[in-house]
Amino acid sequence: MTHVVVISAGISVPSSTRLLADALGRATRSALDVTELGEPATYEVIDLRDHAHQIADNLLTGFPTGALADAVRRVVEADAIVAVTPVYTGSYSGLFKSFIDVLDDGTLEGKPVLIAATAGTARHSLVLEFAMRPLFAYLKADVVPTAVFAASEDFGGGAISGGSLSTRIDRAAHELADKVFRRGTALPQDPFADPTPFEDLLRDI
Amino acid sequence: MQFGIFTVGDLTPDPTTGRTPTEHERIKAQISIARKAEEVGLDVVAIGEHHNPPFIASAPTTTLAYIGAQTEKIILSTSTTLITTNDPVLIAEDYAKLQHLTDGRVDLMMGRGNTGPVYPWFGKDIRDGINLAIENYALLHRLWREDVVDWEGKFRTPLQGFTSTPRPLDGVPPFVWHGSIRSPEIAEQAAYYGDGFFANHIFWPPSHTAKMVSLYRRRFEFYGHGSADQAIVGLGGQVYMAKNSQDAVREFRPYFDVAPVYGHGPSLEDFTRETPLTVGSPQQVIERTLGFREYVGDYQRQLFLLDHAGLPLKTVLHQLDLLGEEVVPVLRREFAALKPAHVPDAPTHASLRAAGPVAAKLDEVPA
Repeated sequence: MTHVVVISAGISVPSSTRLLADALGRATRSALDVTELGEPATYEVIDLRDHAHQIADNLLTGFPTGALADAVRRVVEADAIVAVTPVYTGSYSGLFKSFIDVLDDGTLEGKPVLIAATAGTARHSLVLEFAMRPLFAYLKADVVPTAVFAASEDFGGGAISGGSLSTRIDRAAHELADKVFRRGTALPQDPFADPTPFEDLLRDI
Repeated sequence: MQFGIFTVGDLTPDPTTGRTPTEHERIKAQISIARKAEEVGLDVVAIGEHHNPPFIASAPTTTLAYIGAQTEKIILSTSTTLITTNDPVLIAEDYAKLQHLTDGRVDLMMGRGNTGPVYPWFGKDIRDGINLAIENYALLHRLWREDVVDWEGKFRTPLQGFTSTPRPLDGVPPFVWHGSIRSPEIAEQAAYYGDGFFANHIFWPPSHTAKMVSLYRRRFEFYGHGSADQAIVGLGGQVYMAKNSQDAVREFRPYFDVAPVYGHGPSLEDFTRETPLTVGSPQQVIERTLGFREYVGDYQRQLFLLDHAGLPLKTVLHQLDLLGEEVVPVLRREFAALKPAHVPDAPTHASLRAAGPVAAKLDEVPA
């Protein structure tokens, strides 16, 4: 079963970031269902607000606890990630970056990722290209070409559907589904289950 | 089973008074702590090695030799010896000398060190950490077992016809533990040589320890040193005790809240739940510690961290009294009753000497 994890760094309740996160989650599920993966796809949203204290603790102690440990595990096991952040002072939010910082090296390597952001005005839209995309490039994630930005005005009229925002959502969702379809499901290798034999360690110095 | 204490030798202000001990006070305090450990009946005292402030943990064999001169029985060990930035030739010499001076009361725990700038100070690179640990130990292992060594590796000057002196006491190299928090390569290394594996088991959740120990045990058996449950495992642990548990929590909280490593982060309650830290009565420490074997199996050595985060010497000595009088005697009895007969004790100089000369056993050690 293909499973998508949507990371939402929205803070307020309700939050436009969460609204966009849900729309992207639904669109990705639909897009995956029309590809030929067989079983129906599922998605879940991780609200980083719920883990804010544990994320700060993890930065200090080096390990995730409780519900955060579970959230990290779900990111590791996800077939694709949708990452949605509000724009704060010209970039992704500190909470969003802190969550990314507590993931182990290699967690997002090769993983299909859709990046998205919200802000009060469209003037912040290039944050996706100048902050989010380089971040995920550093992490060696496989980011889809279409990044989805939503300003407050994009939510006007009481619905996401019908406007250019929904067009961008659908296009990005299909790009993500296509990457998942081509990559298949691949879990990262577990070095504890399958250690490198000592002779190899000795030889490869 | 062996019980003891381990320290990193940090120089930390006492948050309740704001006073930082001088280096001299802290260095001498380590000696008092070690003497007390022997006096209350502990088996092992292990000291750290660091080459940067705020630690007083350089020159470990100087400290251990001094402790050795003032004690009779306690095993002198390290937590850890930096196998990465130290020259393995000097480790071979220093610890063989220490063996002779203390009549064999020596073992070592190898560690890598995780402070980036320390590596270049010693002409090394932290990115080579694992490789340094592997190559340097491979050389050290030979220096203690072969009288004349020819060697060529990546990280040090080649050796031609080199003899490390003095030779290990009675021809028996010090027993070695390999310590690591989360590197599977080090568990693999310990298993390959049939050495001990020490899981630091403080500041991190038990699930990490369980994963590392399980890998080590499986690979120990794979390399033919015995069954998985005969592998030699040591664990750390961190405790603070008072006769009644509310007092322990009240007394330790100001130290916990601002401690190096985890301070200003999780609450004392969260941290005691998520890691092996136990703050409470001696009985609570006994129960928690007995529970460790449920996720690592029967093990050979339990070391406690008692003296960090600025706790004053007087408090640490009182903790040692509680540990020696109320906790360890019960743990000794209970662990002994639980341990199956085929699970060995931790090797000591006496047991290794009795097992015969190391040359006869070389066949059993791969490479």
